Amino acid sequence: MTAVTARALIRTEAAGGGRTRLETLRSDPPLTLRQTGPRRVHLVSTGAGPLRGDHLELGVDVAPGTSLEVRSVGATLVLPGLADTPSVMVVRARVGAGATLHFSPEPTVLAAGCVHRLVVRLSLAEDATVFWREEIVFGRHGERPGRGRARFDATVAGRPLLRQDLLVGEEAVDGSPAVYGDARCVGSTLIAGPAWAPPAVPDVKRERRAALGDGWAALPLAGPGVQVCALGADAVQLRERLRRGEEAAATSPPTTPPATSAPDG
Amino acid sequence: MNGDAALLLLADSRLPAGGHAHSGGVEEAVRRGTVTGAGDLARFLRGRLATAGLVTAALAAAACELAAVDSGGSAGRELRAACDPGPPPADDAADGVPLWRRLDAEADARTASPAQRGAARTQGRLLLRTARRMWPSAALDALARAVPEGPHHPVALGAAAASAGCAPRQAALAAAYTSVTGPATAAVRLLGLDPVTVHRLLADLAPALEDTAHVACASLDDAVPADDEPDGCGAGHHQGRQPGRHPERQAAWQAARWHALPGHSAPALDLLAEGHLTNPMKLFVS
Amino acid sequence: MGAHHDDLHDAAEPHGRALRLGIGGPVGSGKTALVAALCRSLGPSLRLGVVTNDIYTTEDADFLRRAGVVDPERILAVQTGCCPHTAIRDDIAANLDAVETLEERFGPLDLVIVESGGDNLTATFSRGLADRQIFVLDVSGGDKVPRKGGPGVTSADLLVVNKTDLAPMVGADLTVMSRDAAAVRDGKPVLFTSIREDRGAHSVAEWVTHMVDAWRREHGEPHHHAVQSAVQSAARQAPAS
Ligand SMILES: Nc1nc2c(ncn2[C@@H]2O[C@H](COP(=O)(O)OP(=O)(O)OP(=O)(O)O)[C@@H](O)[C@H]2O)c(=O)[nH]1
Ligand SMILES: [Mg+2]
Repeated sequence: MTAVTARALIRTEAAGGGRTRLETLRSDPPLTLRQTGPRRVHLVSTGAGPLRGDHLELGVDVAPGTSLEVRSVGATLVLPGLADTPSVMVVRARVGAGATLHFSPEPTVLAAGCVHRLVVRLSLAEDATVFWREEIVFGRHGERPGRGRARFDATVAGRPLLRQDLLVGEEAVDGSPAVYGDARCVGSTLIAGPAWAPPAVPDVKRERRAALGDGWAALPLAGPGVQVCALGADAVQLRERLRRGEEAAATSPPTTPPATSAPDG
Repeated sequence: MNGDAALLLLADSRLPAGGHAHSGGVEEAVRRGTVTGAGDLARFLRGRLATAGLVTAALAAAACELAAVDSGGSAGRELRAACDPGPPPADDAADGVPLWRRLDAEADARTASPAQRGAARTQGRLLLRTARRMWPSAALDALARAVPEGPHHPVALGAAAASAGCAPRQAALAAAYTSVTGPATAAVRLLGLDPVTVHRLLADLAPALEDTAHVACASLDDAVPADDEPDGCGAGHHQGRQPGRHPERQAAWQAARWHALPGHSAPALDLLAEGHLTNPMKLFVS
Repeated sequence: MGAHHDDLHDAAEPHGRALRLGIGGPVGSGKTALVAALCRSLGPSLRLGVVTNDIYTTEDADFLRRAGVVDPERILAVQTGCCPHTAIRDDIAANLDAVETLEERFGPLDLVIVESGGDNLTATFSRGLADRQIFVLDVSGGDKVPRKGGPGVTSADLLVVNKTDLAPMVGADLTVMSRDAAAVRDGKPVLFTSIREDRGAHSVAEWVTHMVDAWRREHGEPHHHAVQSAVQSAARQAPAS
């Protein structure tokens, strides 16, 4: 088995009348793309992997005023490989002015023995809207997780909105009640756009309040967005919790509580 | 002076800066039953250090470095004026105000939970107030003007450390240390644990604390700005960082280096912090 | 570059700001009742703010808000992490922050009252937090309490012995309490109250009024020293990279 390098690309363009056309749909196995709707693309994994040593890159370019939905057919199973470098998956997405991107692939499963790096760079124009879900499963059923690190960087017009690393399979975080507790999966959804902008005159002594449920929270960010984060015992429970949080985030834009509490936010 | 004594003052739990009222998620973890004794607490602290601890250590190191550059401010201004016969830059820009805002925004981006941002700003505001009286400096004044509602705690801590004569590594160490000592003390009070047992846990963490400070500083030193300015910036990569004469260029260069700082998140801490706010019987602020 | 005049993060400069009054005393002696009474009596003539330091919960703050004696927004609750005396004496940062937040939001104020969490007889306010302090005892603890002294009883600017209506029931001798208090207090005033019967605690309110007047004469009329944080926040935007 030799390591593979692949670069796939999706690019939209405005087709007049407010419609979106797929300008580019470039597959590069094992990253295979299929158009499944007027503005929808599914990622179809061909072949096993990624394996250690693989370097996969997906570019997503949503032109101003267009909209795009990216999903995947099945979960991504990250396996150990022979190379002593980690497998790497990079997703670079740009969402232009007034454009909308919905990105919700199936979970990434970190099989025992894998070493995986997931890098997401999401750059949004001032009034772009995005829904971006990420789910990580700590190993196949009953096995210990491989090691994984996911870095997520989202900026709005160059300003940082969310920068996060998730570490999985490291001794310090495994089983820590401060990090994942006894969960076997972690997921997050970033919902961002002008509709989620904080009040025009921010008073940080009164932060917006989160919506909270069992194992999930919808967290209003300092910038124009909400992050839903969830922990779960399995992928099904994780998805269910994320859905609840996503619903809470989508239906009730974050509000500012009255100033009757201490100035501790 | 190498800042060691100042570091002790800064990391002391008796520093009157409001830290004693924060449990760092422990109170809620105790309420939920996920921390019940010394074993859970050890795992809690280790996980907290590897996530929030590392992030705050890196931000504190960055702030310390920025404050050190900033307090060379008047010399820097003269240099700029000598090289640059144009009108002097606006006061704010010369004092690094935009840079402090930018660094604080980087802290915001690494703190998804509004409850945690609130707690970080409250602690930062209180620490800044205390530090400005203990170690008055231009950098602390600039930070207070840049973020009047209160900077994130690690940003205030780094700036205070620089003003007290500490180096970025010491700032990072203080941040890492306070990320676990506050929760540990809270656990002693809330669970009635043997204080020596808990201090033993902290002693066990000592190597991890040093590692964290080291990794935090390395993340700052290794960070190469994505859009490097060709003239001056590249040369100023290590000590004596003077990336060109223009404040905007310096700002761009600094800010680009901060992009890559660690952002290790701890979903359980986020959930605990938000859950804590719903506790009608809480003893601690966070 | 020195400190800037436009911020509140420096020392508690007395000039042109509200008098800060600490109210301390053992658990249940009537501190919150006294705060409510003072708000009732002084609310019409003075611009007030209140900070509470509950050990648990925000019960005192909630009680005061429900009592409707002062605009609920002007009451802030501070959590003290199991250590009420730390928050008023050793590390007053959170309380100062709350006081200044009130002054910033609602200033200028004439009087900011800080109620400490109920604690023991040794708890007193730091002078960095409270300009004047009242220590509240009640008769139900027995008439020996003043004799036992302790910094609260001996050094407070005013000692209030509350719940005199209960004295006959608990067999407390008020003259003994009065004599013992005088002996340890070096001439500083002692007032006996029953807030149950006098819902405005008028004798205490009168003392507080004198203190506020004297404060104003010495340090000038309070004026608003807001940090203009709303304005600055509006102008504040993280610059793009
Ligand atoms: N009989 C009688 N009861 C009083 C008087 N003043 C207060 N109380 C009652 O005493 C109880 C405690 O009063 P609080 O004002 O809550 O006491 P506190 O000192 O604020 O208590 P903590 O904040 O818990 O330390 C309440 O039930 C009051 O109604 C009084 O003059 N006489
Ligand atoms: Mg009370």
